[in-house]
Order: sequence, then C-alpha cells, then structure tokens
Amino acid sequence: MRKRRWIAGVAAAALLAGACTDDSDDASTSDETSGEEESAGIEGGQDSEFFSQEEMDAQLAMRDATPEGPADKPWEQAIEPSYVDTAEFAQPGGGWNVCFSNAATDNPWRQVGFTTMQAEVELHPEIADFTVLDAEASDDKQISDIESLTGQGCDALIVSPNTTATLTPAVEAACETGIPVIVFDRGVNTDCPVTFIKPIGGYAFGADAAEFLVDEVEPGGKVLALRILPGVDVLETRFAGAQQIFEENDIELVGAEFTEGDAAATKSIVADYITREGGLDGIWMDAGATAVAAIEAFEDAGEEVPPISGEDQQDFLQKWDEDGLTAVAPTYPTYQWRTPVIAAVRILNGEQVPSEWNLPQPKITEETLQDYLQPDMGPLHYALCGCEDMPGFPEKWQ
Amino acid sequence: MSDVAVTPSPAGEPVELDIAPPSSPLTRARHAVARSAPIFAVLAVLLVWIAIENPNFTEPPGFLAFLKRAAPLAVLAAGQYFVIVSGEYDLSVGSLVTVTVVVAAQWLGDNPESTRLVLAGVLVIGAAVGLVNGLITTRLRVPSFITTLGMLLILDGAVFYWTDGAPQGNLTEGFRTLGRGGIDDVPGLEQLPWSVVVFVIVGVGAVLLMRADLGKQFMAVGDNDRTAELSGVPVARVRTIAFVLSGVLAAVAGILLGGFGGVSAQVGDGLEFQAITAVVLGGVVLGGGRGSVVAAIAGALTLEALFTLLNLLGVSGALEDAVEGLIIIAAVAFASYRLRSDR
Repeated sequence: MRKRRWIAGVAAAALLAGACTDDSDDASTSDETSGEEESAGIEGGQDSEFFSQEEMDAQLAMRDATPEGPADKPWEQAIEPSYVDTAEFAQPGGGWNVCFSNAATDNPWRQVGFTTMQAEVELHPEIADFTVLDAEASDDKQISDIESLTGQGCDALIVSPNTTATLTPAVEAACETGIPVIVFDRGVNTDCPVTFIKPIGGYAFGADAAEFLVDEVEPGGKVLALRILPGVDVLETRFAGAQQIFEENDIELVGAEFTEGDAAATKSIVADYITREGGLDGIWMDAGATAVAAIEAFEDAGEEVPPISGEDQQDFLQKWDEDGLTAVAPTYPTYQWRTPVIAAVRILNGEQVPSEWNLPQPKITEETLQDYLQPDMGPLHYALCGCEDMPGFPEKWQ
Repeated sequence: MSDVAVTPSPAGEPVELDIAPPSSPLTRARHAVARSAPIFAVLAVLLVWIAIENPNFTEPPGFLAFLKRAAPLAVLAAGQYFVIVSGEYDLSVGSLVTVTVVVAAQWLGDNPESTRLVLAGVLVIGAAVGLVNGLITTRLRVPSFITTLGMLLILDGAVFYWTDGAPQGNLTEGFRTLGRGGIDDVPGLEQLPWSVVVFVIVGVGAVLLMRADLGKQFMAVGDNDRTAELSGVPVARVRTIAFVLSGVLAAVAGILLGGFGGVSAQVGDGLEFQAITAVVLGGVVLGGGRGSVVAAIAGALTLEALFTLLNLLGVSGALEDAVEGLIIIAAVAFASYRLRSDR
C-alpha cells in the first residue's frame, strides 16, 4: 500500500514535469510505468508456485489428529510432535535475555498477538530482559535487526520472519552463532532453528471455510472469493485449499478479488458482483478483517446475506450473532504468540521441545460462537488470543 | 483567438505586459464548454454502456447507487480543481482522507455521542492541513508538488505511527449515516442517499464559487500569477484559500468514505492520483487557468463509471491502476494537443 503511494507520487511528478515542459518543444516523455500489475482473474491458488498437494494433504489430516498437551492450554499443545534435545542450550538459574525480531505490528492480528506475547513474558520471572526489534514490514530492516540482536548477548532468539526466502540466510547466520533460534508464524527455508511454531496452516484454514460453503451452498452455487493480496505464502495456501474443494464439489467460483484489506474497496467489489451475477450464494474470505464490509454490501443492496466465512475478529462475530447469519470463522489463532516464549523457557531449561510445533487451529461454528463473543473488547480484537486469564486482561488488549 | 488573456504564458519566462481585462463570463463559459465537451460525451457513452450491461442502472436506485459511490471522488475532484486551476497541486488529499477516518474513529471510540463535534473536528483538521499546505507553498515558496508530497508522507507516517497500521475505535452509526444512509420514502426513489445530497451541494457550491470574484481570482492566478498580481489580486491569499478548500473537501470525502466502508487505515490510498486524473480527464489544464469545475466533477464520474464498467465486464480490479495510468497520459496528451492547435 505504501508502494502505491509512491507510484502515485512519481506519476504526479511525471505529470508536473510534463506540464512544465508543455510549452517547450522537447516535452520529454517520462518512462513511468503505471501501477503494479497484479495477477488478473482467478490465478494463484493451485496454479501458484506456493501450492503443494503433499503439504495440503498433511494439513487436512492434522485437523483430525488429537494434539498432545493440556486441552485447556492449546498454545502448549502440539500435533504429532517429534521432540529434539536441547541440553546443549541449558542455562539453569534464569536471568535470561530473550530477544525477538518481529516482522511488524502493522495489523490488528499482529497487535493482539504481540500484546499477548509480552504478557506471556511477564509470566516467566526467569526472563530478565525481553529485547524486541520491530522490522516494520521491511526485509532489509529485519536482516539488520537479526544481526544486531545476535551481537548483543541474547540467550535465545525468537524470529517472526517478514518473508520466507529473503530472511532464510539471516536466520541461518543467527543459528551459526550458537544461540537457540525459535521461528514462528511464517516459516524459513532451513531447519536450523531449534523449533518452528505454527498453527496447522493455510490449507486447513482455506479448507475449513470452503467445506462450510460446500455444505451450505446448493450445488452449482456462485461463490465470490475475497483475498487480501497475492504472493504471501500463508494466504496463497488458504486460497489453494479452498479452490480445490470448490472444484471437487461443483461450486462455481465467480471471482477472486484482492481487497488490500480495505473496507470500502471490499464493499464496492461485493456490490459490483451482486449486480453482475444477479446475486451471490456465498462469500469466501482468506482473512476476516473486512468481513463486516462484505456483509454490509448485501444489506445495502437489499439482499439477504448468504453463507459467509470470516475470521475470529469481534466485529464479525458480533454481526454474525446479532443478525443470525450463516457463517463460519476459521482461525489463525493469536495464541500462537505465547508459544515461542514458552519454547524459549523450555529450551533454556534444557527441556525437550517439538522440532515442528504444530498448534491446534480451531474454527468457530454456530455451536461455539457464544463462547467467543466478547462485547467488551474492541471490534478488531481476535477472540482466540488465549489471553483471557493473563494478568492485565482486558485493559492491555483494549 | 480574440481573448489573449486566457492563453497561459509559459511559467518562468518574462511576461509581456498582458493587462487585458479577464475575459467576459460569456466567452469564458463558451470556452469551458468547448474545452470540456469531450468529457461529457465520454461519460454519456460509458453510462449507456453500463445501462446495456446492467439494466438496473436505468432505474433510480441503480443510478443513485452509482452516484453514491462516485460522490467521494467527485467531492475530492472539486477540491483538487480549485488547487489545480489556480496553478498548484495537492497530493496530500488521499492521506488526509485516511487521517479523517482514523481520527474520527478514535474520537468516536472515546465519545460515541458526540457525532456532530467529531464531524466539525475533522473538517477543522482538513482546513488546517490545507492552510499549512497553502502557507508553505505561498510564503516559503516551496513548490506545491513538494509541499503536498511532504504532507502526504507526514500524514501517512503519522497515521502509521499512531495506529501501527490498525486503527482503534469504531465509527458510530450516526457518523456513518452520511456515507451509508439516506432519506427514505422520497417520491419516485426508494431512498435518496445522503452522499448524493452532499455531492449536489458541493457541486452547486463549487459552480457558484467559480462564478464569484474568488473563482475568477483562482482562474486569473492560475492563468498568469504575475499579471494577476499586477492587477491587484492577492495571489498568495487566493492560492492558500484554494488549498484550504481542497483540505476541507478531502475531509468531506473522508466522512463519506468512512461512512460507506467503515474504519480502515487504507481508505485514502491512491485517491490523490484518482482526483488528479479526474480533473485532468475533465479537460482542466495542469498549470492552471483553464477548465471548468463541472467538467472536473464529470471527470470523476467518468473515472468511476469506467471502473464500474470494467467490473461489470469482468476485467480484474487489479487492472484499474493500469487503466488509470493510460487514461491520465492520454488525457494530458489530448489536452496539450488542443492547446497547441488553439494557438
């Protein structure tokens, strides 16, 4: 989005230059190119470089597995874990400096997650210092952040990578310094970190939403997919998972549009599709941030809201409850931000941790909706923060 | 060509003493129509095309829904017109729209009851940003392109810093009425959207303003600021007023957009470019001094109609940027071709 701003600026600069030289003969043609070209139509998904049938099958299977660990603390649970020894990293006695290189805190999901993570740190008196550097969604900054953190006496390093491929060498370099590295949320292409923590994954998220629509929408029904932006692995896999299920079940995907997370854009897109298709039978979303705007498009068009998939944001859950919608909310739980801190403590105590720590990834359904409604929390609060019993709740999250 | 005064002198060259009085309203109007007629033809073609693709469009609710969606851009285009016609640019309007929405959400989150106060507050912010843009441009003599590009980045950064990219608070139903609601049971219509009412008020106001002395001063300043100064026009003050109007109208657009879609930190992205495109499409000459505000607003409607049509035809929204780029180049090329053939 910031890029678009710059393009607008550059284009306007070209205009200005054009205007100033308008009267001279050598009105130089600027070689500005217009807009970033995004893949048009329904591309990506299964056809994209991110798609892996093997990984998709593994994720779909994990949804039915029983996780190990305490059922009331899903952030400590692990699905089909294989444990690694960490005795070499043990530093008994506490007083640790745990460091965290964060990709960004630029959306509500990350904000809720980071608040939860800080609260988790406070639960562990053995952690003397918690040093955080925020990369502000820049790969370059995160690479230098990681370098700087490894040089300042961290006992353990947590990384939430901004992008997968670019951050891989930086994480490898951090591993080589001998401190335990913990990666979570998005992945890297190396297995040098002691543990990689994530919920089941994007395919499962997309499939949860798609299967719900297959159940609720008549065969041959028209479904519109709303996506945030292309090219991010955890979002591409969501769409790929859904696309396969729609194809197998005779659901017509009438479009897949990118909203860039903008509510007004979402509303316009949905309104246009309602007009163009003469109504829609379902809405699939790869993230729920603009779900309420999509719902409003139907309201404003005087149409009944069709079955819709959102996410565990409070504004969507409350709308769902108040209007009695037919909906589902797959989640990418923010409680996963607790787990890296717990992992760091276990590793520095020399306890075993899963090498790939797959957390359960529940979905909110009609039956469980009431358990997740939190009217006191803000509209952009994520219900699955696992933070309700933490000190400082709810003030810190509001 | 009889009315020499309308021909812009190239900026930066010695100005011949061009003290002919501003042309009469009649010739001015004649020129405005001659210059902007193409945009009305293009708009008409697009509207007919949309109606063929989507018969609902010919019914009042369908057409009003289109106007409702076009209203924010039309309002922004009117503001941008004042600045452009007086010889400057305002690139800060998109980020100002975002500021309006984010600040309103924050204030309403704390005081849900004070809708009117918040509405007034964001209009004041718009005016203040416009005033700063105007003063920096005219008093410090920073080119407006740089001033408002800087302002864009400052506002963008401030929003980002303040919200971390995720705005807090919520827009109340009361605040959102202007962008989302309407007057029910209007005879012949299901509902007259408030945003269409605001659009009409801004449009009529802009036309009246351009007929008043101030409007003529905008035109004179944009045409040739030295001549205008010599004829006693307070150039700096007039341009500053244009920026203030642009700022206020950006806040109005923000109120409409926030009402339409709800809170978002991305709401204003790229709008400055769309507004400039709309004005240029309307045949308004960059550099100032020529073009009518009605044509600029028609340019906004044309742009919005084009986006609607592309969507109806199933062209991906991702291509909108590319189309916008093509249009703006074509429109400026066409305008400069006409300018040359005029001489």
